[in-house]
Amino acid sequence: MAAKIITITSGKGGVGKTTATANITVALAQLGQRVVCIDSDIGLRNLDVVLGLENRIVYDMVDVIEGRCRIRQAMIKDKRFEGLFLIPAAQTRDKSAVSPSDMIQLCNEIRKETDWILIDSPAGIERGFKNAIAPAEEVLVITNPDVSAVRDADRIIGIIESEEKGPARLIINRINPEMVKRGEMLAAEDVMELLAIELIGIIPEDEKVLISTNIGKPVVTHEKSIAGQAFRNIARRLLGDDIPLIDIELKDGIFHRISRVFNFGGE
Amino acid sequence: MTELKAKTDFSIKGFKEGLLITLGHEDWDEVQIQLLSQIEEKSKFFSGAKVAVEIGERVLHAAEMAGLRDALSDRGVKLFAVLSNSQVTDVNAESLGLKTRKSVLKENTSGFGPAALDGKPAILLQKTIRSGTSIKYAGNVIVDGDVNPGAEILTTGSIFIWGKLRGSVHAGVEGSESETICAMEFDPINLRIANISLKGNKLFRKLKRKPVRITIANSKLAIDYWENRK
Repeated sequence: MAAKIITITSGKGGVGKTTATANITVALAQLGQRVVCIDSDIGLRNLDVVLGLENRIVYDMVDVIEGRCRIRQAMIKDKRFEGLFLIPAAQTRDKSAVSPSDMIQLCNEIRKETDWILIDSPAGIERGFKNAIAPAEEVLVITNPDVSAVRDADRIIGIIESEEKGPARLIINRINPEMVKRGEMLAAEDVMELLAIELIGIIPEDEKVLISTNIGKPVVTHEKSIAGQAFRNIARRLLGDDIPLIDIELKDGIFHRISRVFNFGGE
Repeated sequence: MTELKAKTDFSIKGFKEGLLITLGHEDWDEVQIQLLSQIEEKSKFFSGAKVAVEIGERVLHAAEMAGLRDALSDRGVKLFAVLSNSQVTDVNAESLGLKTRKSVLKENTSGFGPAALDGKPAILLQKTIRSGTSIKYAGNVIVDGDVNPGAEILTTGSIFIWGKLRGSVHAGVEGSESETICAMEFDPINLRIANISLKGNKLFRKLKRKPVRITIANSKLAIDYWENRK
């Protein structure tokens, strides 16, 4: 069966695209899926660092596209997780080294050998973003609960709709339930109301995310991390499982407001 | 329908799904250069356009189509269909996810003509109008959805929104003061009818998030809540 191709994007920078890509990739691998993740942020690569595979890079995506190596040679196998591969971005080039057609061709070449292809998109709405969504069958838009990130997400969703990649699904990252309670942060339902697309997950603020990013060990590998649990839930929802958001709600006694708008399987 | 005949051997027409560009029979590289230079010259007209190309008997390989698609994409134009009389080309187009003649150009045969009433033309947009979208229309605009912050609608006529208005709207851009703006929930970034803006108007701050109709009365904006009509 051919792999499902998913691009993770946001518009605004720094909202957690790379962290989410790494964690969903690992979560899928932990569920026994074969996953290839692709860093399409040419010139500003990060996914290798977050996955802790930085020192294993020999060839990168641009080497494949320009014919300096075979695609197999650029696929870095993650020894910790069965079936997980990374195709890193080139660090010394820029977005113009790759075209949307190159991306489509690249994905087509590896499609038969894996179950999932996850593409980490660069920030912005220019060439790099266009490259990242060109091969996508589904797009996950990630945002933070702040006004500027939501505004950018709205713009991105509009572009995805006009490229006929839609309907995109939404990840709300770094929700801080205490701040929401005090009325200092947009609640998930405020974000949902404006963006009007389906939600696939909410990631609570969790300092373990930063710690694990720095040591190249995605937070999803922490059994006890609440953010890790949220990423595992997203992976299972991608597989079609019906996972209510209640998981997180029960553990920390939060998200009472969210559970009302977030009604999986009850449509 | 606008038709603009270029010096070069191709024509551009508007049709229901976008622009239809009929290309000539010269060498493919030559045709492509001519087309791209034409698009660059009229970049404002083409920006954001969805384009189908008609290539007649010409056989195009997937790589050539992909090249054209990338070149157009770099100029802000989306290639969505390649119409040809060649089966090989059709197969190549489909392999790239492009539409072909079979899937486009379905003629409307329902027999319903234009309304016999003396109404004004309008477009109906059944979607959320998102940030970064600019709708400029000579006529009236009806939105079945929200107008989000960062989106704008400019019309010569009136604007009706069956949803929340949170972006910017300008009705009667050519100065017509008889236009109206209606919305179900009202929290715009800016609103203007003809040359009168709601910015600086005391009523603007007191706006309720309720169904409302805004008109011009005595050279001022008048706010008329639906609930007061009973």
